[in-house]
Amino acid sequence: MANTIRVEVVSAEGHMFDGDAEMVVAAATQGEVGVAAGHAPFISPLRPGDIRIINDGDDEQHFYVSGGVIEVQPKLITILADTAVRASDLDEAEIVKAKERAEALIKDRNTTVDLATAQSELVELAAQLQAIRKLKKTR
Amino acid sequence: MAAAKEIRTKIRSIQNTQKITKAMQMVAASKMRRAQERMQATRPYAEKMVQVIGHVAGATSDETHSYLKPRAEVKRVGIILVSTDRGLCGGLNVNLFKAAVKEIAQWKEQGVEVDVCVFGRKGAGFANRLRDVNVIAEQSNLGDRPALTDVIGSVQTMLAAYDDGKVDRVLLIGNQFVNTMTQKPTVQQLIPAVAGDDLSSDHSWDYLYEPSAGEVLDTLLNRYIESQVYQGLVENVACEMAARMIAMKSATDNAGNLISELQLVYNKARQAAITQEIAEIVGGAAALS
Repeated sequence: MANTIRVEVVSAEGHMFDGDAEMVVAAATQGEVGVAAGHAPFISPLRPGDIRIINDGDDEQHFYVSGGVIEVQPKLITILADTAVRASDLDEAEIVKAKERAEALIKDRNTTVDLATAQSELVELAAQLQAIRKLKKTR
Repeated sequence: MAAAKEIRTKIRSIQNTQKITKAMQMVAASKMRRAQERMQATRPYAEKMVQVIGHVAGATSDETHSYLKPRAEVKRVGIILVSTDRGLCGGLNVNLFKAAVKEIAQWKEQGVEVDVCVFGRKGAGFANRLRDVNVIAEQSNLGDRPALTDVIGSVQTMLAAYDDGKVDRVLLIGNQFVNTMTQKPTVQQLIPAVAGDDLSSDHSWDYLYEPSAGEVLDTLLNRYIESQVYQGLVENVACEMAARMIAMKSATDNAGNLISELQLVYNKARQAAITQEIAEIVGGAAALS
């Protein structure tokens, strides 16, 4: 058995994941980071995107987070997510529709909707879509 | 029979009150279950947050954040008070306010001014009645399911006051849900954040901060404070429902006792009236014969 590290994913709605993994790949604000067991202590905010928890080569868990913080300690990785969803629970068709709506809102600047909100929504939806497509590829 | 009739009306009115308290008890019980579930769901996040902040506060870093450093002189403290919107929940708010008054009095003794930020209508009324306390923010009507966004406005006001040096310490006063029967008012220090005491020797490492220590700590601490206040709100809802359920249960029981006592008095009065009537008839018949 390869080196593993304990990983906990906690969102504001509850515990999402608690177990050992070989590597965690997360979307930090500065770019994607892969953290394996034995990584130096590290802390960074996350941007909307997916989190992959890899254990035993082909056993992969996908999560979608809308933002949060990753903390790496010598023996524990904690991911504090604002909202976390198992990628398999995301509905691709719904997201595509919502994304189109958000894009339409941004184009139509006459509406009262705040541009910044619409843009951040779009970023989130794009990230969700990416997460779900990545999950499909790995299957 | 006049007395008997009066008693009967009284019994009926108490029965109606009992029906109401019974209904409120059942509503509170079902809401409590849901509130408790929500509280348990959000608890891991808040607890993890405390741990992470404890690590960061204990890390041997040159970079620190203003929320982690205690200020040398405390001239003004900010208190975030979490209370309920509605009453009829027993001694929950009263106990909380007693704890708050005690805390405020302690600071006043040291010549420290107090700023308050309140959640919940009951707390707002309480804070406005207090003299020489400055209410800087107020948020009411949060409902049974407070959202994180409800917290942010008031918390940011408090954080801005801290950043501007208007307050030098921030405390959170709220109810802690121990179990259905017990709710404990607690005072928790939010800023400066304190390192957890459960960490002994294993936290001597320093983190790699990305992008920079300042930015990471800023995001982290803001989230920390919001999550703590939010947890306080969620917990307070569970406390409110539990306290209301208990209060309404005892009200229902009391009404039941009162009814049975009155029923006894009523029966006696009715019997006395019948006896008297018979005596009169018998007396009349005896006079005729």
